[in-house]
Amino acid sequence: MCGPLPPDNHRSGKPVTAQTFNRMTPYLFLAPAAITMAIALLYPLGYMVYGSFRDWDPSQNISETDFVGLKNYITLFFDPAFRESLSVTLIFAFTVVVAEMVIGVGLALLLDRNIRGISVLRTLFILPMMIAPVVVGLMWRYMYHPTVGTFNKTLKSLGFDGVDWLGQHALLSVIIADIWQWTPFILILALAALQSLPASAIEAARIDGATAWQQIWHIKLPLMMPVLVVTALLRLIDAFKVLEVILVMTEGGPGLSTEIVALRISRTATEFRELGTAAAMSNYLLILLLILTLAMFAIGRLQDARTARLARQVQEEEG
Amino acid sequence: MDHERQNPAFYALLAVLIFMSVGPVLLMFVNSFKLDVDIIGGTTGLIFLPTIQNYETALCDILWYELDHLDFCSLKFGGALINSLIIALISTGLTLVIGCMAAYALVRFRFFGRDTVSLTTLTVRMVPPAVLLVPVFGLWNNEFCIGKSTLVGGWIRDMFGGRGDVCLAGTHSGIIIIYVAMNLPFVIWILQSFIVQVPRSLEEAARVDGAGPFQVFFKIVLPLIQPGLAAAAIFTFRIAWNEYLLASALSDRNTKTVPILIVNNMSEFNVEWGVIMATGMLLAIPPIIFTLFASRQIITGMTAGAVKG
Repeated sequence: MCGPLPPDNHRSGKPVTAQTFNRMTPYLFLAPAAITMAIALLYPLGYMVYGSFRDWDPSQNISETDFVGLKNYITLFFDPAFRESLSVTLIFAFTVVVAEMVIGVGLALLLDRNIRGISVLRTLFILPMMIAPVVVGLMWRYMYHPTVGTFNKTLKSLGFDGVDWLGQHALLSVIIADIWQWTPFILILALAALQSLPASAIEAARIDGATAWQQIWHIKLPLMMPVLVVTALLRLIDAFKVLEVILVMTEGGPGLSTEIVALRISRTATEFRELGTAAAMSNYLLILLLILTLAMFAIGRLQDARTARLARQVQEEEG
Repeated sequence: MDHERQNPAFYALLAVLIFMSVGPVLLMFVNSFKLDVDIIGGTTGLIFLPTIQNYETALCDILWYELDHLDFCSLKFGGALINSLIIALISTGLTLVIGCMAAYALVRFRFFGRDTVSLTTLTVRMVPPAVLLVPVFGLWNNEFCIGKSTLVGGWIRDMFGGRGDVCLAGTHSGIIIIYVAMNLPFVIWILQSFIVQVPRSLEEAARVDGAGPFQVFFKIVLPLIQPGLAAAAIFTFRIAWNEYLLASALSDRNTKTVPILIVNNMSEFNVEWGVIMATGMLLAIPPIIFTLFASRQIITGMTAGAVKG
């Protein structure tokens, strides 16, 4: 068994059927996944696009519905409630991502030390994001409760007035809960990125007399940037998916102040029973996320190209 | 390994961080053992008489003994727990089997349509459940049905009762299939990064010894990517176990899962905090167990999933 055999050697003697079988192998491996995704993801998405051009009621079969062209999209575009929920979604998503990135990366820089029990620490930190969003919403709704809740009880026992968390400051409260749940995600990815940085670069900077702050600002952060950008985009895409936490905490209220698009879709479909409009709304959300995903791919490609170019340069200089 | 001595302020920061991340969970845990009187009553302290009454109320429909404090078992939590288990376990198993076969094909074979498949997989990862809500609701209720007059449909109606056409909506399989489809892109993506690391020479050696492609896959590749499988399993289970929106649209009275039950009981005006926290705790236990025993795999999976977007 020493030395590689020519790859096709063992195949040549086999009958034709075996060769066809070999050619079919990748498709056989792929078939179950392709069929499932086609039936339960791609077909529904196509169905949604089709349905978004129709006046569609939940009791109707889609073949009985009327074609209304772009009506659903245009109505939504001028619908102040939808615009409101779109802006709430954007504010929510960008605020949580920025806050989580700043806190997460900051903590990662602080925690990137050789300390005992770092793995226990990481275990405790991933706890919040493993727990069901429904349960997270439940815990925070309790803590924010105006009279029973932990925060107001503590405030009152210290002699302050209670805060109307889920009333006046609903959006902020929801944002805080999301930051609690997902900052550890950034923290852990940033820690992993930090620990895979080339030790030589940091060592060199230290020998040259760079302060800790200079090391972070000029060496560590730029080197981590590729991972950080992808992490931020991943988190941003996920932030648009958040629904259950907000549903349990505020049900979108008071008024429309925390009604993100995902929640509005579900209400339009179930409460207002306008499936066509809900489908058009879903499509708007999908297009938004598609743009973000494409941006992530593009950035990934650019970074790959840049690394390849740098590697080539280094090789040329050395060779 | 050497451990540096740190500034006391650093340990204080660590303590605060740990308190912040674990505190709310602990709070829920403690409250689930309190009576509502104790929760609402003035004292925030730890001085109270712990009781398992909340858990008894929650699980009243599967307990073998009668409860004194309850006249009528309104919260069918036990049934929902069983539904959740069935749905989460089956969909995790299916996703893993289907997903790792697909990932293997994408990594190891060059074939026509490979790039399309791989790009589609990557793109559909971003589809939020809310976007699937409308079409899945429509399809599962109206299109993916077997007429009751057909042979199979008639047989199912005779066997299991019920009226109308036999549709996917309201069945366990209806929820399972959407969870499998939703999780596949992520699982395929994670497993690809593990399969790439399996040395090709191993597979070629097995092939030379006369193993077919399926044998190579099951006997050589699968055992080597176990860490990846563990990570993928945990993430899939977590989504299937925790998901609310699609399950609530697709389930009927008998196929409700735990998250639906919790949300339904929350939206009522007068929340019974003790019982609801006990149900929340029961829902949170499996993920907590995974976190405590498999955090290494979870972190590996998270990093593998993010590094290449």
